[in-house]
Amino acid sequence: MEKKSIDQLKEICSQVRRDCLRMVHAVQSGHPGAALGLTEYFVALYFHEMEHNSHFNMDGHNEDLFFLSNGHVSALWYSVLARTGYFSTEELKTFRKISSRLQGHPATEEGLPGVRIASGSLGQGLSVAIGAAQTKKLNKDNHLVYVMMGDGEQQEGQVWEAAMYAAHHKVDNLIAAIDYNGQQIDGPTEKVMDLKNLHAKYEAFGWDVIDVRKGNDIEEVLKGLEKAKSLTGKGKPVMILLYTEMGYGVDFMVGTHKWHGVAPNDEQLENALGQLKETLGDY
Amino acid sequence: MEKTLDLKFTYTEKKDTRSGFGDGLLEAGRNNPNVVGLCADLIGSLKMGAFQKEFPDRFFQTGIAEANMIGLAAGMTIGGKIPFTGTFANFSTGRVYDQIRQSIAYSEKNVKICASHAGLTLGEDGATHQILEDVGMMKMLPNMTVIVPCDYNQTKAATLALVDHHGPAYLRFGRPSWPIFTPADQKFEIGKAIKMIEGKDVSIFATGHLVWEAVVAEAMLREEGISAEVINIHTIKPLDEAAILESVGKTRCAVSAEEHQVNGGLGDSIAQVLAKNMPSPLEYIGVNDSFGESGTPTQLLEKYGLNAENIVKAAKKAISRK
Repeated sequence: MEKKSIDQLKEICSQVRRDCLRMVHAVQSGHPGAALGLTEYFVALYFHEMEHNSHFNMDGHNEDLFFLSNGHVSALWYSVLARTGYFSTEELKTFRKISSRLQGHPATEEGLPGVRIASGSLGQGLSVAIGAAQTKKLNKDNHLVYVMMGDGEQQEGQVWEAAMYAAHHKVDNLIAAIDYNGQQIDGPTEKVMDLKNLHAKYEAFGWDVIDVRKGNDIEEVLKGLEKAKSLTGKGKPVMILLYTEMGYGVDFMVGTHKWHGVAPNDEQLENALGQLKETLGDY
Repeated sequence: MEKTLDLKFTYTEKKDTRSGFGDGLLEAGRNNPNVVGLCADLIGSLKMGAFQKEFPDRFFQTGIAEANMIGLAAGMTIGGKIPFTGTFANFSTGRVYDQIRQSIAYSEKNVKICASHAGLTLGEDGATHQILEDVGMMKMLPNMTVIVPCDYNQTKAATLALVDHHGPAYLRFGRPSWPIFTPADQKFEIGKAIKMIEGKDVSIFATGHLVWEAVVAEAMLREEGISAEVINIHTIKPLDEAAILESVGKTRCAVSAEEHQVNGGLGDSIAQVLAKNMPSPLEYIGVNDSFGESGTPTQLLEKYGLNAENIVKAAKKAISRK
């Protein structure tokens, strides 16, 4: 796929946000908050940074792989997969409906192109991505493995088992990222279970850690990803702390955990869509 | 007691079933370059040392972190590897149930979960390690194949068979030295029960270490003029329903024997088959809703009612209920 310009990427972000809100609204269920917050990162990965093949093959030889550990941002992933040609954007209409390939949380059972493992139960994706990265090394495949996690997810113990393992085994073809929005279902992370200094924690575990302070600024995200790529192949796994704002792009949704798992009603949808330009055509 | 009996199967050597796994894994590694091994700090106990030594690049020490090990294995399948994970049965199942459920079973990943030290015969380490619920947990998972071989040779054959079987699988074996009574060159067909001894009065369906106890029980029953059929159910899921129905169709009653809780074990699976197709008396040999304790394997099998003498009693009771 041809790499997009910054302006094009911004237009795609606007459309992807529309997709997410319309999908969640249509079934009155889903997770709009983090989906809106992570839009720039996903668009940067799939439309610019990753070498990937939308003619989907589970083994993914000779391409970069992406794993989503915080599976509840599925609407965002589905929109980006559809918009990059993994399946028709028409199929976004089936999100969370009966007999759909677009399950509430991503799954492989229905054979949705682009998804390589089920996720939703938190804490598991980092381990899976590390395993896939080690297989790439065994296969002498020089491509990278990316994985996305939530910040609340860092409260799961398995994440730290995986963090310790990746450094010990020098898994340096891996770029992990944490959606550092400071929110989780029951409130701000610092009130629910304070993560304290995640940067220092991952460094102490033996990772290279990059802070992307403006995770909703596409240029900053691209710079962060380029920096992360430059650190691969040097004996350490790489972590991006991606500072995002939950609900970014819609004024009444931004910066609160309130929209973690709540769908907008008709009026709210209209208000939100009014703030997001239709750039590629709604599905 | 078994020395004086006229046994239909005999043995010249005893060995632990986990060694069958270790030796099978080494051979599998030589046969197929995609076979990889993972172990959570129990290389010696799981007998994975020879594989590690011969294939250091295809072996992954995970440390005491079983949840991560399961996720790693799931990920390694993406790109074509066939991971065999090794730890004790307790840490292979209950400790990591959700990881197996989401990342392996639901995601249909080609991971072989290999579990040693299962059941009471773990012995002196006691109940914290003697898992008796693992078969139940694993057989409930859609897409999961569950295999419980009975001796060293069968464990080795099962390990090799799993390389060519695509999909999630649970392989359960144990710690103690145990008679080797099945042939070294056996053909192991996943999902196909093996009729060990032909009989007409009662069917004994046994799995794992208790297949040997069933062989001993058959000789004891024969001395009393009772003809027992002994069937080795090495694959609990998918269950060989045809073999069960064929045997009970003839004997009209059955005993299940396993080193596992009665709740959720092989006996439950057999009961379903019989209830749906051929309601018949069924007696269960297994642990009855309790935890184990420290002791020798022989003492524990006796105390919890899992040895040949108890199979004999259960067989007579099943016959009396016809």
